[in-house]
Amino acid sequence: MSEQTVAIKGVKDGLLVTVSETEDWQIIVKDLAARIDHQSSFFNGARITLDVGSRPVRKDELSSLKAMLERRNISLWSLMSDSATSIEAASALDLRTALITASANPDNPDAVAFNPEEDGTIGVMIRRTLRSGRTVHSNGHVVVYGDVNPGAEIIAMGDVIVWGRLRGNVHAGSDGDESAVICALDMTPTQIRIAGYISIPPKDKRHKPKPEIASIRDRQIVVVTWG
Amino acid sequence: MGGKVVTITSGKGGVGKTTTTANIGVALARLNQKVVLIDADIGLRNLDIVMGLENRIVYDLVDVVEGRCKPRQAMIKHKSFPELYLIPAAQTRDKTAVSPADMIQLTDTLRTEFDFIIIDSPAGIERGFRNAVAPADEVLIVTNPEVSAVRDADRVIGLLEAENKGPGQLILNRAKQDMIRKGEMLSPEDVTDLLAIKLIGIVPEDELVIPSSNSGIPVTLNDNSKAGEAFRNIARRLMGEDVPLTPLTESKGLFKRIARLFAGG
Repeated sequence: MSEQTVAIKGVKDGLLVTVSETEDWQIIVKDLAARIDHQSSFFNGARITLDVGSRPVRKDELSSLKAMLERRNISLWSLMSDSATSIEAASALDLRTALITASANPDNPDAVAFNPEEDGTIGVMIRRTLRSGRTVHSNGHVVVYGDVNPGAEIIAMGDVIVWGRLRGNVHAGSDGDESAVICALDMTPTQIRIAGYISIPPKDKRHKPKPEIASIRDRQIVVVTWG
Repeated sequence: MGGKVVTITSGKGGVGKTTTTANIGVALARLNQKVVLIDADIGLRNLDIVMGLENRIVYDLVDVVEGRCKPRQAMIKHKSFPELYLIPAAQTRDKTAVSPADMIQLTDTLRTEFDFIIIDSPAGIERGFRNAVAPADEVLIVTNPEVSAVRDADRVIGLLEAENKGPGQLILNRAKQDMIRKGEMLSPEDVTDLLAIKLIGIVPEDELVIPSSNSGIPVTLNDNSKAGEAFRNIARRLMGEDVPLTPLTESKGLFKRIARLFAGG
């Protein structure tokens, strides 16, 4: 285990991992894995920003590192680099990217230019009705194009949007994000949760389906007409 | 390919799978189809009782699968329909005595001789269910107009979809029009609204069903039975005939009761 190949420090929104620009990539991955396994409880659930400096990292290299982290319940969510190759690899894997020293980037002088691309955040799309007994777990958002039937369950760290009838169980902001929302074209769930709050909808017999959105206001879940 | 394998399942127990299997089998036989029924509920067999063939069992499904007899030897011919057979379940074994591959192999040999192979699935979603569903060309899901049965049907449909067997078609069994009208029971619309699959039949609650099952004469042989008529219609729909769904009627009024008295029912 060498201190030179990988450096780890805590930053505002997670952990910053700076890796050597010259060492063999496989050795970096191996060293990082060893460091994590050494203190697995500290790293468990962490969010990592990777700083590769000017090193050009290919998509397959980055992807193997990401997989290694995910197996250890760590998410690689952002990459810092001044190499266009690395930035491209990171965007192909839907990571956030940041050019650290854009001005000092000789191979892409245009990189400082205004980027019209909206950042966005990651989610999964379910293009079918979720029937009883089906579950969806996501580290991002969940969009269901179909119904969520009673007995089905969605657990998302982000928002949950149901383009259909929501009649099952949904937990948005499951890792404690109180800004998460739940939207549905017809909101008649068994139970909804946002972060640490739980809500059971009132039992009204015949209601007119309308799009609604649930969010946290004043320490409770509030459901209002959507739009 | 030949015959068609139809599996009757439900998830929940007690909704009428066995009654449905027996009645559809008999109804198809009445329409001159060659039919074999397979009871896949190993360890809890009762299709033989409902068919009135209990005392004729020599070999069973497990005997066939384990090679102790030929499929022919385990097939019990029905008393009134020479082209209707039953392969009974074993009573002394459990679901693991048969595998999904065994069921596919058995039905493949039966397809050449029969128009319909109808499998009565056990309740649940475990091995017995998977055995029953593995060879199916078509799956009929039986449910009752109550929330718990519909929930289980939804689960089963999801499993069928996941195995590309489905969504299947729905039989709504034991519907009571007067309770539906009062809002005390789910209506066919409520059920199809949630399950979003095609309804192949609505079978009204009928007091004739239980005595028929007890005596081993499926109710569809009784021309005065509303449920029997519904099963005959399902059989015709399975054969590809376009039979419109008959709306439910109120439970027997005075006039009907008198008519039945005269009919000796």
